[in-house]
Amino acid sequence: MNANIPEGELTGKWTKLRSSMPLVNPANKRSIEIIIVGSGLAGASAASTLAEMGYKVKCFCFQDSPRRAHSIAAQGGINAAKNYQNDGDSVYRLFYDTIKGGDYRAREANVHRLAEVSANIIDQCVAQGVPLAREYGGLLDNRSFGGTQVQRTFYAAGQTGQQLLLGAYSALERQIGMGKVEMFTRHEMLEVVVIEGKARGIIARNLITGELERHFGHAVLLGTGGYGNVFYLSTNAMGSNVTAAWKAHKKGAYFGNPCFTQIHPTCIPVSGDHQSKLTLMSESLRNDGRIWVPKKKDDQRKATDIPEEERDYYLERRYPAFGNLVPRDVASRAAKERCDAGYGVGQSKLAVYLDFTANTERYGRIEATKHNIHNPDRETCMRLGRDVIKEKYGNLFDMYKQITGEDPYELPMRIYPAVHYTMGGLWVDYNLMTTVPGLYALGEANFSDHGANRLGASALMQGLADGYFVIPYTIGAYLSKELATKPIPLDHPAFVEAEASVRGILEHFLSVKGTKSVDFFHKRLGKIMWEKCGMARNAEGLTSAIAEIQALRKEFWQDVRVPGEMNEFNPELEKAGRVADFIELGELMCMDALQRNESCGGHFREEYQTEEGEALRDDENYAFVSAWEYKDDVKFELHKEQLKFENIKIAQRSYK
Amino acid sequence: MSTGNMNLTLKVWRQKNNKAKGNLVDYKMSEISPDMSFLEMFDVLNEQLINKGEEPIVFDHDCREGICGACSMYINGRPHGPKEGITTCQLHMRSFQDGDTIVVEPWRAKAFPVIKDLAVDRTAFDRIIAAGGFISVNTGNAQDANALPIPKFQADSAFEAAACIGCGACVATCKNASAMLFTSAKISQLAQLPQGQPERYRRVQSMVAQMDAEGFGNCTNTGACEAECPKGISLENIARMNRDFYSAKFVSEEEV
Repeated sequence: MNANIPEGELTGKWTKLRSSMPLVNPANKRSIEIIIVGSGLAGASAASTLAEMGYKVKCFCFQDSPRRAHSIAAQGGINAAKNYQNDGDSVYRLFYDTIKGGDYRAREANVHRLAEVSANIIDQCVAQGVPLAREYGGLLDNRSFGGTQVQRTFYAAGQTGQQLLLGAYSALERQIGMGKVEMFTRHEMLEVVVIEGKARGIIARNLITGELERHFGHAVLLGTGGYGNVFYLSTNAMGSNVTAAWKAHKKGAYFGNPCFTQIHPTCIPVSGDHQSKLTLMSESLRNDGRIWVPKKKDDQRKATDIPEEERDYYLERRYPAFGNLVPRDVASRAAKERCDAGYGVGQSKLAVYLDFTANTERYGRIEATKHNIHNPDRETCMRLGRDVIKEKYGNLFDMYKQITGEDPYELPMRIYPAVHYTMGGLWVDYNLMTTVPGLYALGEANFSDHGANRLGASALMQGLADGYFVIPYTIGAYLSKELATKPIPLDHPAFVEAEASVRGILEHFLSVKGTKSVDFFHKRLGKIMWEKCGMARNAEGLTSAIAEIQALRKEFWQDVRVPGEMNEFNPELEKAGRVADFIELGELMCMDALQRNESCGGHFREEYQTEEGEALRDDENYAFVSAWEYKDDVKFELHKEQLKFENIKIAQRSYK
Repeated sequence: MSTGNMNLTLKVWRQKNNKAKGNLVDYKMSEISPDMSFLEMFDVLNEQLINKGEEPIVFDHDCREGICGACSMYINGRPHGPKEGITTCQLHMRSFQDGDTIVVEPWRAKAFPVIKDLAVDRTAFDRIIAAGGFISVNTGNAQDANALPIPKFQADSAFEAAACIGCGACVATCKNASAMLFTSAKISQLAQLPQGQPERYRRVQSMVAQMDAEGFGNCTNTGACEAECPKGISLENIARMNRDFYSAKFVSEEEV
């Protein structure tokens, strides 16, 4: 696999490429059409920027407004190598932390570029009026996130994703208002149209009328997010899906590292079978929350009644250097280890405590000093400290209380790991182009920057880097050669055929009239995936999962019940298409996990671990990106992109 | 754990499409767990309807954690139901009593036409933002973020206005179906920041004009919007918008 990484020194690759990239002159840009699917951080930032540059842009989202894309739910923050805290941060350090955090399974050149443009993102967002948190002097504030020892995370309370997305959304709406972007809300992309080997358009369904539409573009960009909902229960929004990426995959785009999924350590535990989704409690809480379980098995006492010496702060014990701020994969596995060993808390015993008491008291003491209260009693400290905690995490505490009915200011939170993000995605080269010329993937939809584990506050950074600062340059390399391509008429046989195939699938779903709802199959798929391709995997489990998923697929196509009609607003029909794709993807994820005979980052194969239970990589045989090619009839062929580490010494990842 | 002991009667607005006439339909629910969210209760109902061969109820929802602004149910006469400071998806069945009758309607406003059942069309909000809810800065034009210090109280106040999720509860609860709280929140966010000054008066005029063109009503200072807003957006924003709107007529040198 050729990733088209520019020649030269790592630090100079991007600058050099940017300056030598072919350009498209303003007059020609006006006649070039670009289709963008998805309106989250990656999609909206790309759409607005490309429109500002003069291209004709069409943007599609399945939600009723681009502002509702799931980026909106990101809580904690966005990393940037600004070194505003004077704590030794630099582009190199952000690059290094990200490569190490990803357990040496990401591409050096991509990650370095990400670190380089990270500072521009913050500048751009502030210029747009994004109200990031500030200190009294009026300058921007930072906090720490997992896997780093500097403070480089910018934030807006627990709503950073919301504020950044609304910034990108207003830039997008500005272009819509100016007539430069044509926006299609409540539209779902159901096929990529490929003509003579190049992506030339899409088939989209108008979700209100049910009509299928054909759209031409000189290039097609997918910013369609991740596929965490393959597990049914995840922190993803209900509508988040893999369909656009999967259709692209079936049209020739290779799928990169599908088995690399991120299980986030701090989520609200499952409360029952009715559960439709899981809610994240931001990683930023680990700045001030200490994670522990009782030292005694099956301890029935209330958390606050368990004395200090009978608590096991297992992250601080196992990883003294990083403590509660170890990367997500490490923290998740450690929680699972304690619960599996019988030390879990709460009714289900599948939870650990996240406790703010110590830091509330510490903040209270600082506040008391500020207010000239000498020798404050504990109660005063707790009262004053609580205001500080409230200002930092108020909305998260409210959210927790709403869901669990417990007050986290009084009792420690109960948390457990849950599926949160997918590092895998469409394989792209350095220019973000997939293996189908003219088809690009941005943000979480591609596989590129996070290796086998993403660090906190890096998803927002990557989505905006791709959309604002990477694709606007790299797409020129392709489009500059397309100037002679006239818009292809929509009655071209490729469009007709693509639409017919989409219609055929939808009509099939409606005609089955089986006995089980779409959700029934989705839940079953989720259970298989969580148990056998979740936080811990082994060859035996994965092999049986593949067989189970194949059987489930057969059953789904023969027995699903989809009510309603095609030409109307029919959410069940939408879900059927998405679950059909999730089932096929689930099989590929298990295959990928099975072939990777090593543990790395979020991919933990029980057969491959150190004596202390840490992930054991095999750099000699598995330092590659797996890039899967789709073959007819849900068969897949593995290709490999060998990873070269020329600037970082590859080592056993240690957070001790 | 999944089943509970609550029995409920739901009266839900059913409407085939935007041309059909709608009506309230009764549904009996049993064994509902108090730990379920309100929307999970609807998932259970929809599963039952599908199994009976009936059409499930269409409603908007996505993130289910109170931030995307998609969910929009008018529950017992109040947008997002009986509790304050939350969206429909954050409402849990423990907020109801066994035996309750719950009436669920879509947002009601001329500018938010019903699409089907409980889903309405809120694209008018996007058009208001497109009219001026932004700072005109192209990608690549920014200076260093810390070159422009902004007092903390000002940044915090802008953030509070920016916390609006665009759900439309303010419009749904207003007797005039006014969109002033929504519109003013964006105007107010940008008017309080130095970056927003160059377009301040132009912005307020264009956004208010678009708001009027969409068919939203006027504000009569009842304050229901603030009371029902799941994000606590303050009425002060409307005052700020009005002040800027009048000022614009006097100080602005550009015609919008």
